Amino acid sequence: MNIAAIQNGVVIDHITAGKGMTLYKLMKLDETDLSVAIIKNVNSRKMGKKDIIKIDADIPVDLDVIAYVDPGATVNIIRQGKLVEKRAIEMPLTLTDVIFCKNPRCITSTEQELHHVFRLTDRNEKVYRCLYCETKAGG
Amino acid sequence: MKRSVIDILDLSAQELEELIATAEDIIANPDKYAHVCDRKKLATLFFEPSTRTRMSFEAAMYELGGHVISVSSAMSSSAAKGESVADTAKTVSCYADIIAMRHPKEGAAYVAAHNATIPVINAGDGGHCHPTQTLADLLTIWLEKRTFSGLTIGVCGDLKFGRTVHSLLNAMSRYADNKFVLISPEELKVPSYVKKGSLKKYNIPYTQTTDLEAAMPELDILYMTRVQRERFFNEEDYLRLKDSYILTPEKLKNAKKDLSILHPLPRVNEISVAIDDDPRACYFKQVLNGKYMRMALILKLLTEAGTL
Repeated sequence: MNIAAIQNGVVIDHITAGKGMTLYKLMKLDETDLSVAIIKNVNSRKMGKKDIIKIDADIPVDLDVIAYVDPGATVNIIRQGKLVEKRAIEMPLTLTDVIFCKNPRCITSTEQELHHVFRLTDRNEKVYRCLYCETKAGG
Repeated sequence: MKRSVIDILDLSAQELEELIATAEDIIANPDKYAHVCDRKKLATLFFEPSTRTRMSFEAAMYELGGHVISVSSAMSSSAAKGESVADTAKTVSCYADIIAMRHPKEGAAYVAAHNATIPVINAGDGGHCHPTQTLADLLTIWLEKRTFSGLTIGVCGDLKFGRTVHSLLNAMSRYADNKFVLISPEELKVPSYVKKGSLKKYNIPYTQTTDLEAAMPELDILYMTRVQRERFFNEEDYLRLKDSYILTPEKLKNAKKDLSILHPLPRVNEISVAIDDDPRACYFKQVLNGKYMRMALILKLLTEAGTL
């Protein structure tokens, strides 16, 4: 399958296969009218299968969101058809309003104005917990 | 500087020992403390039913010479009109010098503490934390054993939702040579993240069992808990599990002579009243100890805030 190379934009590569759509949604790319390609299950020598997101616009990307979804992903900045920068990503210590606490007993379930903040509590296990109730993200 | 206590881990091991020393001094010299909080006000904001914790805080403040202003239920407060915890905390900061707050939502005390201009003590936020109960537990253990090390501590009952159990594990894991026996039905075992943050973090030996009687002979402390109806979304699960453990004189036959039996109270039926007169029963002493530790904590936080 061929997807045209982009001239100016961002390529998020080496996304674990299956996480591309999650990343697309958490980056709120579905709320924009940008040209975006989500390529799923691409053959990869290193990973077996991988997902790729190509954004045909030189927009700022939230590296924290990418690092939360998949710290192994790589972020390439393309200008005039050439790779000009590889951005290093690192798991953020906190995530604000990226993911939402699902604990029905959490104070955020009733107080709508509160920011949903998650803290990295275990880097090795990639565990984030709600700042307020300490519920595990995705748990 | 203003400081709040949301979780027992907000207090270092050294600070816990200082609070215990203050509590012992209060017990020995109550008159010395009878007026230290003259003209100071404690606001008790209880948005969830509570008898002993609210009364304990109020008695503690009165015995320090202070006053108490109170919200006794969510229905009688602005919360019923939709006021946020943050706004309530800011408002009450204008009236009082320190807040003790209980709220059914987990994290509510954190929100209050970050919006109040005065110290906030978490008096229980849902199934999350209840640090002053742990202070009561620690003083009781100290007064009974005169040590926090080398103890075999059995915790029994609802170890999944029991916030007092989680806090006790966190607090006692910081001391050397303790061992835990975790006694619960399969469905109410200690969550793995609690074990990871306490027992495993400090390499504390522990065993998990469903058999209270088999564990009994080795215990120095037995911490009983109630299966709490309010923590279940499903009534059937509650009814199935509520009578899992009932401590009776027969079950104590093989217990050590110097066992200390603790319970955060209220009990329903998990400790037979026939045990109340047993010298090993410490749960009513624990209630009294809670008041002394709350006095010590109020003093500490008001002093640090520059109010005293």
